[in-house]
Amino acid sequence: MTLAEPAEQAVTQIVDAEELRRARARRREKIGKWVLPTIVVILTLYFWDRICVWNEIPHYILPRPGLVFQTLINDWPILFDALLVTLQITLMALTVAVLGGVGLAVLFTQSKFIEMSFFPYAVILQVTPIVSIAPLIFIYVDSKIAGLLLCAWIVAFFPILSNTTLGLNSADHNLRDLFKIYGATRWQRLRFLQLPSALPYFLGGLRIAGGLALIGSVVAEYVAGTGGIGSGLAFTILEAGYRLNIPRMFAALFLIAATGVAIFAGLSFLSHMLLRKWHESALKRET
Amino acid sequence: MQQGAAAGVAAQTQSRILSVANVTKVFNGDLVALSGMSLDVNRGDFVSLLGPSGCGKSTALRLISGLMHPTSGAIRWDGGKGQGDLGVVFQEPTLMPWATVAQNVWLPFRLRGKTYNAVKDEVLETLRLVGLEKFLNAYPRELSGGMKMRVAIARALVTRPRLILMDEPFAALDEITRHKLNNDLLDLKAKIGCTIIFVTHSVFESVFLSNRIVVMAARPGRVIHELTVDQGYPRDEEYRTSPEYAAYCRSASAALHDAIGEHA
Repeated sequence: MTLAEPAEQAVTQIVDAEELRRARARRREKIGKWVLPTIVVILTLYFWDRICVWNEIPHYILPRPGLVFQTLINDWPILFDALLVTLQITLMALTVAVLGGVGLAVLFTQSKFIEMSFFPYAVILQVTPIVSIAPLIFIYVDSKIAGLLLCAWIVAFFPILSNTTLGLNSADHNLRDLFKIYGATRWQRLRFLQLPSALPYFLGGLRIAGGLALIGSVVAEYVAGTGGIGSGLAFTILEAGYRLNIPRMFAALFLIAATGVAIFAGLSFLSHMLLRKWHESALKRET
Repeated sequence: MQQGAAAGVAAQTQSRILSVANVTKVFNGDLVALSGMSLDVNRGDFVSLLGPSGCGKSTALRLISGLMHPTSGAIRWDGGKGQGDLGVVFQEPTLMPWATVAQNVWLPFRLRGKTYNAVKDEVLETLRLVGLEKFLNAYPRELSGGMKMRVAIARALVTRPRLILMDEPFAALDEITRHKLNNDLLDLKAKIGCTIIFVTHSVFESVFLSNRIVVMAARPGRVIHELTVDQGYPRDEEYRTSPEYAAYCRSASAALHDAIGEHA
């Protein structure tokens, strides 16, 4: 016993070279994940600024980053209103896409005949570029908001539909048998088996759809063109372009990109919260 | 075989709960998965279906469970089949990964429209029987393979069914876990007095667990022998090392050899 004890002590303290290396690599990775992109952004902004100064590029061709930032603050009332409009269209389109996509997916899994009849049209709707449908939509739909919403919805709903359909169909086979043996109704099978199985797939589709809804609403607004009430960021960019107000174009562009990132981050967080208890994708693993 | 006949007479006096009468199942018009199977299952039986792969033992189980219907012949439940009369355990634990252990065990009741609170006592009691009462709020991914299988068994037991079907439930587990679960399964069966039909391809497992072994052969899947293990319960480690156990294993092996040899 007396001999064994010091030996055990020694064992717990031994960290071999490989472990040390791994720990160092982990630490480096953790810091690098934040520090490296930050350095890249700072360098980019710095050289952007320097290139403008060195080449004496006028601000109506390429504004310096400082000016863009200043415009963002000075034009905030205009930009913020436009952002709200774009955001409103995007979120509404995403909501309708979720309802439509999940609704159709459920319908498809309930009846093979409905799926066979309508799935090809969902694909056609998806593969036809929105820019080419949008002008038609704006001819037939009077309300501009409704037209924008329709365009954004067409782009956003397909990933939700196809992912949710896949998810509803990939419920574990043995669990399906089990439900059948225990006499589950169609509704119980959907509610307790298929919908939970589809959740990770749906959330994957939702993250794609979030970005696409934003793209859809921006593209549709470019097509819709005319200003007036209810003009979003895309129209702000168009209008600023006509007036050679390049800094405002950049500021609006920045807001669109930031909105996209925020939507993605929000949906990723939602996905993590819903899956963290049980799904492989959200589990932390020890190496 | 003398012993078998004696036990068969004894079994007649018990009440029959299920009869499989001359059941044949044909797939795709020409693949005979099961041919003319007849089997009477009595209350309290532990019947093992033993045979090589392709002998129709899983088909037989699916037919009894009602997932498939026989091409000819009939499966009859004496006294009719009521809700909750049947429990099943598959080779995989087949748990819902998004639900806790307690919610998984609740499932058979839930599908009959019972709220968790209404059957909470049964769920907890059954989890206690399989030794998992401390894990009721755990998720399946947090459990080991053996523990997951215990949850699956608890789910099959929770409605106190008349008959439990088990399709090679321990095949994917390691030897130590498997022995432990074999012992526990016999304890459970003694405690709640259910009837079990157990599919396996292990001679040792079937001899340890069952009082009747139905040996099946492949192409076409059919019953070729029925052995009776005339050894009372409880059975323990002592039985596992006894000469009787070895003798039964030998005769079961010989019967299985017959089953394989015919087409080998």
